[in-house]
Amino acid sequence: MLNFPRWKVWLVIITTAIGVLCAVPSLLPASAKAQLPVWMQNIHINLGLDLSGGSHLLLEADVADVRKQQLERMEENIRTEMRRADPRIEISDISTAENALNFMVREPTQLDRAVDLARQQTNGVGIAGQRDWDVSVRDSTRIVMVPTEAGIATEINTALDTARNVVAKRIDPDGTREVTVIRQGNDRILVQVPGLQDPEALKRLLGKTAKLEFKLVDLLADPAEVQQGRAPAGSQVLPMQEGGFIAVKRRVMVSGDELNNATQAFDQQNNTPTVSLTFNSQGGRKFGRVTAENVGKPFAIILDGLVISAPNINEAILGGNAQISGGGFTVESANELAVSLRSGKLPVALKVVEESTVSAELGKDSIEKGVLAGLLATAALVAYMLLTYFRFGVYTTLALFLNALLVLGGMAIFNATLTLPGIAGFVLTIGAAVDANVLINERIREEVRRGRHAMQAVEFGYKEASTAIFDANITNVISAIILFWFGSGPIKGFAVVLAIGIITSVFTGVTFTRLLVADYLRRNRPKSLNL
Amino acid sequence: MRPIKLVPDTTNIRFLRWRWVALAISITLIVASFALVATRGLNWGVDFVGGQQMRVTFAKSVDIAEFRNRLEKLNVGDVTIQELGNNRTMNVRVPLAGSGNPIGKCIGAGVGTKDDNSNKIASQVRAAIETGYPGVNIGSVNSVSGKVGCELFSTGSLALALAMTGIALFIWFRFEWQFGVGALVTLFHDVVLTFGFFALTQLQFDLNVIAAILTIIGYSLNDTIVVYDRIRENLRKWRKMEIEPLIDLSTNETLSRTVTTSLSLIITLAILLFLGPDIIFGFTAAMLLGIVIGTFSSFYISNPVLIWLKVGTDSFVQAVSPGGAERVTRSESFSDKG
Repeated sequence: MLNFPRWKVWLVIITTAIGVLCAVPSLLPASAKAQLPVWMQNIHINLGLDLSGGSHLLLEADVADVRKQQLERMEENIRTEMRRADPRIEISDISTAENALNFMVREPTQLDRAVDLARQQTNGVGIAGQRDWDVSVRDSTRIVMVPTEAGIATEINTALDTARNVVAKRIDPDGTREVTVIRQGNDRILVQVPGLQDPEALKRLLGKTAKLEFKLVDLLADPAEVQQGRAPAGSQVLPMQEGGFIAVKRRVMVSGDELNNATQAFDQQNNTPTVSLTFNSQGGRKFGRVTAENVGKPFAIILDGLVISAPNINEAILGGNAQISGGGFTVESANELAVSLRSGKLPVALKVVEESTVSAELGKDSIEKGVLAGLLATAALVAYMLLTYFRFGVYTTLALFLNALLVLGGMAIFNATLTLPGIAGFVLTIGAAVDANVLINERIREEVRRGRHAMQAVEFGYKEASTAIFDANITNVISAIILFWFGSGPIKGFAVVLAIGIITSVFTGVTFTRLLVADYLRRNRPKSLNL
Repeated sequence: MRPIKLVPDTTNIRFLRWRWVALAISITLIVASFALVATRGLNWGVDFVGGQQMRVTFAKSVDIAEFRNRLEKLNVGDVTIQELGNNRTMNVRVPLAGSGNPIGKCIGAGVGTKDDNSNKIASQVRAAIETGYPGVNIGSVNSVSGKVGCELFSTGSLALALAMTGIALFIWFRFEWQFGVGALVTLFHDVVLTFGFFALTQLQFDLNVIAAILTIIGYSLNDTIVVYDRIRENLRKWRKMEIEPLIDLSTNETLSRTVTTSLSLIITLAILLFLGPDIIFGFTAAMLLGIVIGTFSSFYISNPVLIWLKVGTDSFVQAVSPGGAERVTRSESFSDKG
């Protein structure tokens, strides 16, 4: 048992070396780390936001909104398709109530053709030949279109993917900050921004859908009706920022999707902050054409369903440039809007359901105090082990230090994040590592008392203590796995460190110390053990 | 010079003689814990009940009453202000209105899944503090909606329950069923007492505490398994010995290890408790307590359970190897025991 084959010795040495090497980049100060080759720099531990400072936001998408939009878009498509059909198919009584699109075909002979057209608007989803909408006929006059489960799921999935990209672009337009934007579950997006100073600005940036539309004002609408919320066919009533309501044409002149750029600027006349827009070529052409046709009439600039202003078209705007002014902008809010417009609109409204922000100072303070206390605690532990087990205490100490390095190395390989609960997991594995050595050393003492020779006592000590060490660690592995599977954020952090720490603590506590002890016994052949 | 030995080489303490006394103490503590949790309740963190929590450091000392007044004017709910060390750093907590206890809230007919504007309140409170006290430093903000709070609560409880069950099954598999039950009862005892401790001290009970409870479970199990391992070994070795003296023998044989390990952990944690950052205070306190409870329960809960469940001297007989039988003759120095 104490005879290590040469390959085993090398295996232990190589494992140790790799583990320690991987721990190095995380321990070096930033300046020294920059000198390392890139592949080594990539092997590092991320500090959790509770330690490094920063903001963690959990955003939830309004799934109902996605479904509503899906229905509205289909309604729009159906209207267009039926109008374009040759001969034109007259439909009426269209409704999107109860998560279904429901309309009447006036001419019964056209029903089959209408069903065909409706079916053409659906797409295949998944591999089983499913469609995203079910099309059926009711009362032989009405067509009912219901989105299928798979269709809804795909729709939500696409919306969330787009939203994730938009969020990433808004937070980090240049792609230079170390932000994390990932989807979580079905309808959530997790945003982590280290070292952020003002989380409120971040929340404002993400709180806007930034859906920008230009629409013509409906001048024929009766103002009294409009204030009641009723608009003529083809128009809709929208609230205005300065108060009151206005009727605008449903048809979009040009939208934020057709922008090339948006920047914060100043109005040349009164020097108030504005947002300056540049359309792409298609958007510019459309804008030019509509403005040329409607000189003298007002149009509405609509952001997220709110009319910011409704200026008159004085002349055709052909250059593809426009300006949003009169929104009561400050430089800051104009800039935020410009960033939002540049990153595109969010396909769905997002709501902050969880926020956790830690200032960099508090994080730094925690680390400093934690490191100091950790060092003192380690020193006390080492002193205790040395006084209790002498030479074997030295081995225990070496094993503990190696264990700490290997845990760091292991975490670095997986680019794991060290959080406060992670530190708890670390303390638990240090405890387990100490215990493994105490178990072995006590067992050796016991075997010595029973009159065994040094060699035999050590051999039995390791062998007998191993079963308890094995059983105790397997139970920890079980909890680590279950916690990782089911736990949320902080609990996961705990589980990761625990899982890595169990493996390293068994390796250092049992294998590594046995190698050291075997070496000592072989070299010195002691008659008795001072233990 | 000899190494330190806090425990003499051979001890012969009859631990189990006091098992009824210990049981009475345990039951009293468990009942007291339940009573405390029921009457005082736990100081639920916003992680579970939803709401916001902020850590605020002012540029100069402020009058708490005035500060409280200012926040209560916002009319956002029940504001709790707690000083942290000096009267410049404070912990401000605004739980969601009507969210006393996640157990009733989350389990009761989907009440907790209701929408709320918790994050708007967080922004409101933060703005009020920043305008009211220029130069203030908001160290941390934690804001959780009621829905997410419920999810954290239920996934946390589920993970805890599954981990305990998984461990018990493993011990059943490795030992005998009585040992699995023993471990589960021990874990239950330890977790209940920890809950009682949090109800008594009113330390905040948040997600980090779940991690602390898991650590306690880990330590306590470690102790239990070490003694169980020795009992298993001795059951194979001393076929004729009665179960009670056999368990006492096993406990005595592992006593030195128990004392050394527990003491080294207590030293480590005590240093972390007094010198470590205050954000881990509750956490470290729980673990320290856990070591004490865990050691006690490995003596007086997990062991007596084996007697009450009638672990016989014939347990593990099939598993005896020739090596095990051989050891009987070698260990005669112990035959005068029990």
